[in-house]
Amino acid sequence: MTKRYETVFILTPVLSADQVKETVVKFKKSLKDGGAKLMHEEDWGLKKLAYPIQKKSTGFYHLFEYEAEGDLIANMEINLKRDEKVMRFLTVSLDKHAIAFVESRKNRTKKD
Amino acid sequence: MAENTSEIRYLTPPNIELAREKYCRFQKNRIKYIDYKDEKFLLQFVNEQGKLLPRRITGTSLKYQRKVAQAVKRARHLALMPYVADMLK
Repeated sequence: MTKRYETVFILTPVLSADQVKETVVKFKKSLKDGGAKLMHEEDWGLKKLAYPIQKKSTGFYHLFEYEAEGDLIANMEINLKRDEKVMRFLTVSLDKHAIAFVESRKNRTKKD
Repeated sequence: MAENTSEIRYLTPPNIELAREKYCRFQKNRIKYIDYKDEKFLLQFVNEQGKLLPRRITGTSLKYQRKVAQAVKRARHLALMPYVADMLK
């Protein structure tokens, strides 16, 4: 039974722009291979962290919002944990209120 | 002796501020989902040291206080909000 999930992960700032893009594409591909449907993607770019992680004070933030089977999440997180370019990640399952919120946010960005 | 009875000095000045009616802002304007990603909104539920404000101050209901607490903890995990801070606001 597929559920909606949202993953936010932070990449180390020492990467060049194309390394960032390449890792993002790598995770997007691993999602697609796992049979997930990527609904929404956000790139917040370089942001200042509230506290230093691994001695770094900034990081590239990326957000994936997708619909997937439950078991895909486990090996997705293994990939994220194994990749040393990813400093931190958080996967959240979306309940109906969250989905309504994301939908309203999505067509709001379409409108303006 | 007689004159000091008129101006009675209280030990603690009576706070005249009437108890303004506290309400849960999530129920009032029907917010159903607290997004852990927009930290500007969550900053209103955290004091200067970055600690969660209690319900008696913010007046939120128990159900939404738990959602706020979870959202703040997620934001802290993602380094959107600090665990400890000074002069956060």
